[in-house]
Amino acid sequence: MRRMSALSPAPPLSGPAQERARRARLRLTDLRASRTLTVLAWIGAAVIVITMGSVGFQVIRGASEAIGRFGPLFAFHAAWIPNLNKLGGLSYLYGSLVTSLVSLVFATILGVSIGIFLALLAPRPVANVIGPLVEMLAAIPTVVLGLIGIIVISPFSAHTLEPLFHGVLGWTGLFGAPAQNGASLFTASLVLTIMVLPIISALSRDIFRTVPQELRDGAEALGATRWEMIRGVVLPTTVSGITGACVLGFARAMGEAIAVTQVVGNASLIHANLFFPGTTLASAIANQFESPQNSLTESALYYLALILLIVGVLTSIVSRRIISRGAKLT
Amino acid sequence: MSVSETTTDEFDDTLIAEPDRSAPARIRLSPGPTRRPTPEPAAPAITRQIVFDARGVWVDYGAKRALEDVTMTIERNLATALIGPSGCGKSTFLRCLNRMNDSIPGFSVGGELRYHGHDLYGPTANRVEVRRRIGMVFQKPNPFPKSIYDNVAWAPRNLGMKDGLDERVERALRGAALWDEVKDRLKQSALGLSGGQQQRLCIARAIAVEPDVVLLDEPASALDPIATASIEDLIHELKLRYTIVIVTHNMQQAMRVADRTAFFSLDENRTGALIEYADTKTLFSHPADSRTRDYITGQFG
Ligand SMILES: Nc1ncnc2c1ncn2[C@@H]1O[C@H](COP(=O)(O)OP(=O)(O)OP(=O)(O)O)[C@@H](O)[C@H]1O
Ligand SMILES: [Mg+2]
Repeated sequence: MRRMSALSPAPPLSGPAQERARRARLRLTDLRASRTLTVLAWIGAAVIVITMGSVGFQVIRGASEAIGRFGPLFAFHAAWIPNLNKLGGLSYLYGSLVTSLVSLVFATILGVSIGIFLALLAPRPVANVIGPLVEMLAAIPTVVLGLIGIIVISPFSAHTLEPLFHGVLGWTGLFGAPAQNGASLFTASLVLTIMVLPIISALSRDIFRTVPQELRDGAEALGATRWEMIRGVVLPTTVSGITGACVLGFARAMGEAIAVTQVVGNASLIHANLFFPGTTLASAIANQFESPQNSLTESALYYLALILLIVGVLTSIVSRRIISRGAKLT
Repeated sequence: MSVSETTTDEFDDTLIAEPDRSAPARIRLSPGPTRRPTPEPAAPAITRQIVFDARGVWVDYGAKRALEDVTMTIERNLATALIGPSGCGKSTFLRCLNRMNDSIPGFSVGGELRYHGHDLYGPTANRVEVRRRIGMVFQKPNPFPKSIYDNVAWAPRNLGMKDGLDERVERALRGAALWDEVKDRLKQSALGLSGGQQQRLCIARAIAVEPDVVLLDEPASALDPIATASIEDLIHELKLRYTIVIVTHNMQQAMRVADRTAFFSLDENRTGALIEYADTKTLFSHPADSRTRDYITGQFG
């Protein structure tokens, strides 16, 4: 704009003086806008640091009694008997890891497939219908998903899936007699899968769309089929982004409390059988924090929160590693 | 670049006289009957094998007609240039030849387009097989974000040509005049190459599967004069083994590399059309159509 007006003859109403004033005004607005942005950015950064710091501080302070009593081995003791002050976090950690990993496996397979379909295979009109549907899935409140879990998924998991798996893979010991109401780690994993699925599919769709058309054309011009193009060019160039999406999904699954509590059975057990009731870190905190039996139990719940936090941080560090290694390869 | 047109022609004659390297039997896109195209009346004395035979080809993008009624034949072991003003459908036509337009929403093609007698858009023609035989190099170099070696080896691996892969990669890189520059860093990322090297890598990638035809869409437009010269030299080499179709905006380039030149232009409705198609020398020295003359003398638009 400015250059154009400098090149074209000045319109009658604006002399050089007006032009100068206009430019000065523009510069001032520019300056103000960039000042404001800088200040906002600093405030944002400060809020993040303060929040992180206070979360860490509060959790550690709350957990200090339990830390003093049980030490780091707390995470590796399974018993949770508040009356006897025998408290250990292993069954919670186990439940969290198992449900998150199982749901991550399901959601990754499904979500990446949906992402590939929406970004690369589906005709535009189809993608325009299914894409928003997938995103809507993410808008369902988790407590509602939990209800669906109780009414639909639990019976399905107990009475249809378990016999199926048991028949084929019974020897692995991962599948066994389900609880009567269907509450189990596996049911919780299925509910988590539904929660994580929209995250992974929407993110991976967006990531796949960033692969330049030229690269895809390049592969197809070499006589590659769609699938060969996807496997050979699209997936390798997006591994790191997809990994990031999966880690986000994993973190989401680890942190979910309500929906899991509704279907997991809330039994602090460790059992190879996925169809047994279990519990998770997040659901234990949500369940028991209202009325802990004594102060040590309350502190132990903080300790569980601390473990959750540490797993979250570790996950994010590992994912950064993977992503930066992926970036180096390309 | 010093290869003059006469020597190329002589070379071609001997090549045609030889037992045909790739007799049509090898080039079967579909199990349909093989129709041998009848030679054009205006064909030169030596009948060359016709690779592409377009009759009344038109292309629509949605409701917009992009290309109207193209009738031309493209012959074996020649370099055929497509020139013309921007938007006249050169790329569109080129991309019809290996069905790269198929995935564009709204694209439709009509008329008859035959490749060695097989209907390219016939019900039994296989798009993947077509592209396997008809390679393409794009305007912007588009190496995969893989190592130099893997860029070249990717397509052969994909097509199951796993025997002697190292030799195949070396041959392709030599064929694209890139071997000496990259032989010590085959494992490094292709993205570290210069633009001209990347473009030659893309050519190597295309010839690694030993195609029948190589299509080039303004392959040198993003390159400096030195890199351009090396690509042009390369085209002279390549047409000894492959049939070349090249889109170019640069008329000197068309004169330097092409045996035949087709001039496309826009008609009153801004639809692309083939105006004139002749030997490059003839087209540039004695254009038959006034629009061609205006364009090559720079009086266009
Ligand atoms: N993907 C597409 N969708 C819709 N219209 C297209 C598409 N590609 C090309 N066109 C239209 O078709 C016409 C011919 O385009 P084409 O790219 O073939 O021209 P071109 O001769 O290669 O031009 P240039 O020299 O600028 O590359 C143009 O009017 C263009 O707008
Ligand atoms: Mg073009």
